[in-house]
Amino acid sequence: MIEVHHLTKRYGAAVAVDELSFQVRPGQVTGFLGPNGAGKSTTMRVIMGLCRPTSGYGLIDGRPYPELERPLRQVGAFLEAKAVHPGRSVYHHLAGLAKSNRIPESRVNETLALVGLQTVARKRAAGLSLGMAQRLGLAAALLGNPPVLLLDEPVNGLDPEGILWIRGLIRRLADEGRTILVSSHLMSEMALTASHLIVIGRGRLLADTTIDDFIARNSRSFVRIRTPEQERVRDVLTAAGVEARRGPDGAIEVVGASLEQVGELIGRHHVTVHEVSMRSASLEEAFMQLTADSVEYRDDAGPAFPAGRMG
Amino acid sequence: MSALSSAVSFEMTKARTVRSTVWSLIFCFLVSVAIALLFGWVLRGAYDDMSPEGKAGFDPVASGYNGLRLGMIALVVFGVVLVGSEFSTGTIRSSLAAVPDRGRFYAAKIITGTTIALAVSVITTFATFFAAQTAIGSARNASITDQGALQATMGAIIYMTLLCTFSMGVAAVLRSPALSLGILVPLFFMVSEILNNLPGVQKVAQFLPDAAGQIMMRGDPPESTVLNGWTGVGLLTLWTAAALFAGYAGLRRWDG
Repeated sequence: MIEVHHLTKRYGAAVAVDELSFQVRPGQVTGFLGPNGAGKSTTMRVIMGLCRPTSGYGLIDGRPYPELERPLRQVGAFLEAKAVHPGRSVYHHLAGLAKSNRIPESRVNETLALVGLQTVARKRAAGLSLGMAQRLGLAAALLGNPPVLLLDEPVNGLDPEGILWIRGLIRRLADEGRTILVSSHLMSEMALTASHLIVIGRGRLLADTTIDDFIARNSRSFVRIRTPEQERVRDVLTAAGVEARRGPDGAIEVVGASLEQVGELIGRHHVTVHEVSMRSASLEEAFMQLTADSVEYRDDAGPAFPAGRMG
Repeated sequence: MSALSSAVSFEMTKARTVRSTVWSLIFCFLVSVAIALLFGWVLRGAYDDMSPEGKAGFDPVASGYNGLRLGMIALVVFGVVLVGSEFSTGTIRSSLAAVPDRGRFYAAKIITGTTIALAVSVITTFATFFAAQTAIGSARNASITDQGALQATMGAIIYMTLLCTFSMGVAAVLRSPALSLGILVPLFFMVSEILNNLPGVQKVAQFLPDAAGQIMMRGDPPESTVLNGWTGVGLLTLWTAAALFAGYAGLRRWDG
């Protein structure tokens, strides 16, 4: 289990992480979601003992990371693809790490096969493409076959094929019962891989919930109406007790009524409309709205997430 | 202890799997021996033209070790690159993920670098001694069994090794190989040299790390310095300890 307690990290006057507390439960994939600069990487580096917190602490199975014996066998971390000497070969990079934690050298080739890097084992790290460097970073994380994984933006900069591959790998690792904390700034990515979600913005906790709950609360849909007779449509809707509001482009948005109900109302009153359609605020929009408003929501006990709007 | 030994074998693997470190060691050996041969050869021809004082003060052991000064630059480069590249390439993050106890990581790094520097210094110094003395010729040269020759050789080995270790400490403070070399190479091989040849300044300049250590390399102790071979070793050891401590303090504060 990974725990973070009242973690604060300041860089001079800037606050990267602000009184952040959460727990990552074992045996599932927890998504760590936040826009770029929200403090995800800093939090993960503090957990790893690389970054020194201003206050608070992170623990892995109840102990600070630096106190773990042979930590690579307990926690695998993917924090940055380029934490490799460019002049060292793929194989030697992993072989060195294996020695440091008394991991049998046979694991090096096993891990290379797992991430599909066997053919470039002798190649120097400088010659790797971004996708291969990413795979090497994952190989380093998986080398000790650890039960806990910390993956910081593993899909960043990958092509669609690489993204599919990593999704599959994460799912496979989760199926093996590992505890996985995977960060991303993409909500859609989290919806595909995570079962639990921790959302932060400006270093503060915004949501700590299951992915299903987050989707249920945030992916609201609405009926969009474009019409030259704005006033009449509004009157008709109001008279029927349906709430309407003005969308960002001037269209009317109706929440709480079905497409059929709205269509019948309009037909009954013979109003001219140019469009009546069903729209869904995507999770991505819900997430963006949540994090964009993070300053206003930060003191609310239970923020009511408003539905997103189509542009 | 076993945790430290696996950290050392990690560092050994890193040291031998990068070309820059391996080549700096090969370069150290080749340059030292080549210059010793060249310098010895020149001395063999020039001896007869020397003034009587020059002949009286001729120290074949110290002259033979002139080549080591350039080889030492390569060894300083080795120490600096070994430590500094961790920071400049970002490898420090994967290294500390594997060995998160910073004291253990640093100790393993210094033990590894110092052990390699010692081994290379032993080979290079003996090879340089025999190359130089062969080139100087049997009429004027020194034998390893001569008074002071073996002591000077040991002194040269200790000097080279400690200077490399000192450089590792400095690189851990500065975290940039380029900056470290930009300071150390001119300091050791120009500034110190110049200051030690200015009569007034030399009283102070002899206490610089490389000058203090250099006294050990001579067959006869010089008369112009306050320090002798042993106090020179002691002073260089103090310098090295100070650099190592500063490097450790810097690494403990490193925040990445």
